[in-house]
Amino acid sequence: MTEQEIYANLSRKFGDKVIEFMEEGTHNPTVVVDAGAIAKIVTYLKDDEKLQFDSLMNLAGHDADVETEFSVIYHLVSTELKHYITLKVFTSRDEPKVASIANIHRTADWHERETFDLYGINFEGHPDLKRILMEDDWEGYPLRKDYVPAEFYRGMRIEKVK
Amino acid sequence: MGRLHAEEMVLNMGPQHPSTHGVLRLKLRTDGEIVSHIEPVIGYLHRSFEKHAENLEYQMITPFTGRCDYLAAIGSEHGYAMAVEKMMGIELPERVEYLRVIFAEFQRIASHLVAVGTFGLDVGAITPFIYCFRERELILDLFEMASGARLLYNYIWIGGLAHDVPPGFVEKAYEFLDAFDERVAEYNQILTGNKIFIERAADIGVMTPEVAINYGVTGPSLRASGVNIDIRRTEPYSIYDRFDFDVPLGQGLQGTIGDSWDRYYVRVLEMNESAKIIRQALDQLPVEGDVKSAIPRRIRPPKGEIYFRSENPRGELGYYIVSNGKNVPLRLKMRSPAFSNLSVINEIGQGWMISDVIAILGSLDIVLGEIDR
Repeated sequence: MTEQEIYANLSRKFGDKVIEFMEEGTHNPTVVVDAGAIAKIVTYLKDDEKLQFDSLMNLAGHDADVETEFSVIYHLVSTELKHYITLKVFTSRDEPKVASIANIHRTADWHERETFDLYGINFEGHPDLKRILMEDDWEGYPLRKDYVPAEFYRGMRIEKVK
Repeated sequence: MGRLHAEEMVLNMGPQHPSTHGVLRLKLRTDGEIVSHIEPVIGYLHRSFEKHAENLEYQMITPFTGRCDYLAAIGSEHGYAMAVEKMMGIELPERVEYLRVIFAEFQRIASHLVAVGTFGLDVGAITPFIYCFRERELILDLFEMASGARLLYNYIWIGGLAHDVPPGFVEKAYEFLDAFDERVAEYNQILTGNKIFIERAADIGVMTPEVAINYGVTGPSLRASGVNIDIRRTEPYSIYDRFDFDVPLGQGLQGTIGDSWDRYYVRVLEMNESAKIIRQALDQLPVEGDVKSAIPRRIRPPKGEIYFRSENPRGELGYYIVSNGKNVPLRLKMRSPAFSNLSVINEIGQGWMISDVIAILGSLDIVLGEIDR
């Protein structure tokens, strides 16, 4: 199925939870969906016989600018039917939260932890959401565009990068 | 009467441990010698690659990618270069494509040699490790001839290569290939069919295709479970559609499909296939062509985003790049194969003995540099 058809399918099924279809400016045509509904949509994509998106290739957080919302991007592939779709959700800066899909695609478990670690996005329903790459007591979320590192970490000075 | 349960004990394996292939800590919950839960603790090698990438120009990121997966630096550079080239729509000279494939496949052999050798080492076979490193040295000689470096090359640049290969390279590459098939036969003699090795690896840590796909396991570890997915074949990038090669799958020759032995043996077979690809590429290598002719003066990909994946020796290496039209990426995420491959360890390692967990971990062939980035 082409991405356009998948978008049409999702729109029929989920109505206004499916927000828009982006083809311009990306090499992977993307469907923007509601952050709260992502788990349901991913489950549907996985279980439906015509879609069979059984593999999550990648999950990435993104922060475009200090004033915009955070986004989380999901790259899905069907190993059986060999088609692709990219999903994107937006979530507010003040209280970033997205429904977790770690129980649907186990790949997402660690990837969501990583996104939480670096962006501070809260994945609701994640079985064990904690930092994965940084130390547990690290302050702040390093990949946010407005991140300012603390001066010291456990008595060690943190070097400033330009 | 059921099995007696002892009091559970938490045992830390690592971060400094010879069998963890880098700086990895496994928190094992053990019941006697049986492992009931494994929690990998990672991040010891975190060097903030993605944060650095947001402050570096595109061409300055290339050396950093090699430092992530330091056993397959060419693989990381290749994937990154292709992703940016696709964003910018760069057409490469034929000679560049061929040389890249030759180096990528040499790197695959070198990386698998480490995987095979250290896996033997993990389960107690010391000699094969030395044999594997003997061949790996020869491959590193070839890399040194071309790029001047033996481990981290910075050789594949966006739009081309750092240098053309020197005179005598092609002959030396043929020389290596001519001897290589016999070498693989040697490994099979001393390790693959070894009774003790089979006892340690066969039927241990069986990974079903469903588990593998669900956890995002890719590369040889996935194919050992009998899933026929190799990105070089399913969505050919570069010029991989021009070569004739097989995709070896796990067949459960010594036990069950998807056991540790299969994961080992798929890598052995893949080395032969890579040698086949290199031979074809060397035969077809165009003589003419400037390897630097397509390198852009200013690297500013148009506004937009891309997720590009390629087949690294360890599995699917993906780059998610967001560009805002400047010479520095807005976001660069590396989807590293070993990161997902390691996450499956709890699922397939539960219920085995501590010594088996070491075998299972060895068979997954992880590189902590790219897990922690």
